[in-house]
Amino acid sequence: MSMLHGVILLPFAAAAIVPLFYKLFKKVHTGWFVLPVPLLAFLYFIAELPSISKGEAIQATVEWIPSLGVDITAYLDGLGLLFALLITGIGALVVLYSIYYLSKEKEAIHRFYMYLLLFMGAMLGVVLSDNLIVLYGFWELTSLSSFLLIAFWYNRDHSRYGALKSMLITVFGGFAMLTGFILLHTMTGTFSLREIIDQAGLLSSHELFAPAMILVLLGAFTKSAQFPFHIWLPDAMEAPTPVSAYLHSATMVKAGLYIVARFGVVFGGDALWFWIVSLTGLVTMLWGSYTAVRNTDLKAILAYSTISQLGLIMSLLGLGSASFYTGGADTAIYTAAIMTAVFHLINHATFKGALFMVVGIVDHETGTRDIRKLGGLMAFMPVTFTFALIGTLSMAGLPPFNGFLSKEMFFTALLEVSTMDFFNVQSWALLFPVVAWIASVFTFVYCLIILFRTFTGPFPKEELGEPPHEASLGLLIPPGILAALVIVFGLFPNLLTYTLIEPAMKAILPTLDIVEAKKISFWHGFNTELKMTLGVIALGVVLFLTKRYWMRIYGYLPGNLSFSKIYDFLLKGSQRFSRAITDTYMTGSLRHYMIYIFAFLVLVGGYFLLRINPFERHGNIVFAEITVYEAILTGVLILAAAAVPFAKSRMAAIVLVGTVGYMVTLFFIVFRAPDLALTQMIVETVSVALFLLCFYHLPKLQRERSSSRMRIFKIILSGSVGLLVTMIALAVSNHQLFDSISDYFVEESYRSAGGKNIVNVILVDFRGFDTFLEIMVLAAASLAIYSLIKVRHRTEQGEQEEGRS
Amino acid sequence: MMNSRDVVLQTTSQVTVFIIMTFSGFLFLAGHNNPGGGFIGGLMSAAALVLLALAYDLKTMRQALPVNFHYVTATGLLIAIFSGMGSFVFGAPFMSQAYDYFTLPLLGEVELATAMIFDLGVYLAVVGVTMTIILSIGEDR
Repeated sequence: MSMLHGVILLPFAAAAIVPLFYKLFKKVHTGWFVLPVPLLAFLYFIAELPSISKGEAIQATVEWIPSLGVDITAYLDGLGLLFALLITGIGALVVLYSIYYLSKEKEAIHRFYMYLLLFMGAMLGVVLSDNLIVLYGFWELTSLSSFLLIAFWYNRDHSRYGALKSMLITVFGGFAMLTGFILLHTMTGTFSLREIIDQAGLLSSHELFAPAMILVLLGAFTKSAQFPFHIWLPDAMEAPTPVSAYLHSATMVKAGLYIVARFGVVFGGDALWFWIVSLTGLVTMLWGSYTAVRNTDLKAILAYSTISQLGLIMSLLGLGSASFYTGGADTAIYTAAIMTAVFHLINHATFKGALFMVVGIVDHETGTRDIRKLGGLMAFMPVTFTFALIGTLSMAGLPPFNGFLSKEMFFTALLEVSTMDFFNVQSWALLFPVVAWIASVFTFVYCLIILFRTFTGPFPKEELGEPPHEASLGLLIPPGILAALVIVFGLFPNLLTYTLIEPAMKAILPTLDIVEAKKISFWHGFNTELKMTLGVIALGVVLFLTKRYWMRIYGYLPGNLSFSKIYDFLLKGSQRFSRAITDTYMTGSLRHYMIYIFAFLVLVGGYFLLRINPFERHGNIVFAEITVYEAILTGVLILAAAAVPFAKSRMAAIVLVGTVGYMVTLFFIVFRAPDLALTQMIVETVSVALFLLCFYHLPKLQRERSSSRMRIFKIILSGSVGLLVTMIALAVSNHQLFDSISDYFVEESYRSAGGKNIVNVILVDFRGFDTFLEIMVLAAASLAIYSLIKVRHRTEQGEQEEGRS
Repeated sequence: MMNSRDVVLQTTSQVTVFIIMTFSGFLFLAGHNNPGGGFIGGLMSAAALVLLALAYDLKTMRQALPVNFHYVTATGLLIAIFSGMGSFVFGAPFMSQAYDYFTLPLLGEVELATAMIFDLGVYLAVVGVTMTIILSIGEDR
């Protein structure tokens, strides 16, 4: 146990106690007890900042399952620290915000904080784990706690739908990632990320390399809401707003980015990785920003905007992976992409967190999030409007906010990467900047929509009633801090460059010798990037003003075929499909099940009989002569048995079955088994008597009505079962491989057991235990019959009495 | 069961039942050295009781033999298991059987085997089981 373990454990410990505080201190909002947890953790990570900045790393191990190579190894380097600071810092702000957002009287806040703390601990575990299995465990815990948080208002249909959707998609990705981890273990023989990275160079030629890469990416893409797995994120907006701000903008959705950044060193440098990651990122970015414009719910717009921004960071990570390919030389332009990714990751967390909180305030004060009903709030909520202004303009990429800087750097990276002369990039060179530029235009448009549709224009009094007032101070402080950070990072962009961004870059690119962060300058001349930004602004304004003329294109693309509909179709379809399959073979008819069983027997048995060809002679086997008695008895037996299916009445069938039984008795006599003959005779008599006893109560014998095709099939099936069993019997008698043990019984029966009847001695002495259990079986059967009949009586009587009363 | 005034059947069965019972006893005792044993013996005595029930009716049979056949089954099972556990007393594994020759008055030298006790359990269990089945079905109206 180290401090680091303690910090990861802290939220879990707190989650265990928090409900207790809720019960004990009814008067105090439980959130106040929770607030110190992320604060303390944040302070701890801040305290580690100087040493990590120098390039050191903290590693501590607690053994868990050493025999499987699974240890709880906490590892803190630049990348881990960056995420840990985001998680704890924004966590603290979200807790503060939620104190004022959630009412302690109306909501079950003890559950809320328990889930939130669980999530916080799980998220810290994800980013600080070195062992892949432990990482996966925490990964699934984030899925689980996110599921619980989305369905926090569980009596709403939409919440449950959204929670289920996110659960299904992220857990699907999680399983894929686990498989990828196991493949990595197969390749390297270790679950430790550090040790895998040490072997990174050797992996690319391994045949499992590509499958492992794709599986790990599946996990990352589903979690980070990348195309086409982005569909769960908009539905996750049914969660309380603090949850959306925390999980679905700042932390959990970035877990996938973390995975891509972490595994870049393992898989990067490969063309496949480069193309998958950067193309998925670009497509997600474009699709997210395009779809965001269509939505009218503020949180849905923000959700699609998050998707788009995550795609942006993802594509940057993909482009940056080219630096692994080039190795030492000429890496600066590719590491710049990584730097941009890290920088934008921080920026996005700040402004998106602020925007979600602003939307939460608007929702809280007006009761709606629909932009069609909102308007003119600027006059009533000036502070909120200011925060919204800062957030949206930063997101749109306008100076002087931090979004501007990261967008400029993004364009730079794209323009420079498109000059790449490997991975077949040249033929697609224009694709990157053009797609990114279009996506930026749409981003600009929805930012304007958020800002102007909510805060300007006339106030719709008939929709909202009384004008709202400014939110309380507690609700305003957290977005205020985030908005302040947006400006601070915008005006002093190098504040974090060498303390946080450079260590993170070094952690993402650990195998490269020289990784240096470039100084971020606010102004780098009137260059292509700036012209692109100006173009974005110009076209964005035009599109915003003419919005109602071109909104119709959403009827054609995506039109009726959105990915959520595909998801619904798949989910319902798979339910219907499995139901249809089950309905086809689970008919409830015993006859059908018998057919399956016998058909299986015939197919499997017949297959093996054909395969092993058992009809060669083994050993010295002499078959006995066939006597006249045996021939006659066999003939009668066959006749009687063959007549049973044709019997017209039940009486005839019973008599025929009895005949078979007595023939068997005679067989026992011929084959010199007097005990068996006696037993068989009496048992046969008793069972025929029982048949006759039941005879009166049974309905008339009915012919089974089935199609002639079915009948022929049944005849063939029963014929082949008979044939198979006969063949097996013949095959078995061909293989007398060992001497029989019966000699022992013959010798020892009188000598050691004192009996001359060998059968009886075997039954009661040598193998008495079998006999004992057999009489147990008989006893159980008799009790079963007894209770069956008596219990039926009792229920019938009970029903009659009920009917009378 | 079906008619209770079949004089011929009733009279013959009065005799036959005892013969069958005796035969069943013989089968049981002879089991160790000749064909027979607890299972067949038990079935045979059950057959005698069924004959009784057929000749008179179930009620009469019950009166003639006022026994709860569940207890018979249970007694049989208990005898069987305790005869097996008896070998623990002599430090032998479960169900080790032993035998020896004894000279008894009237009978002379007789071989007595512990396996016979076990067989007695089988006998009683089979009687109890068979009669329970037949009676519960037969009395079902």
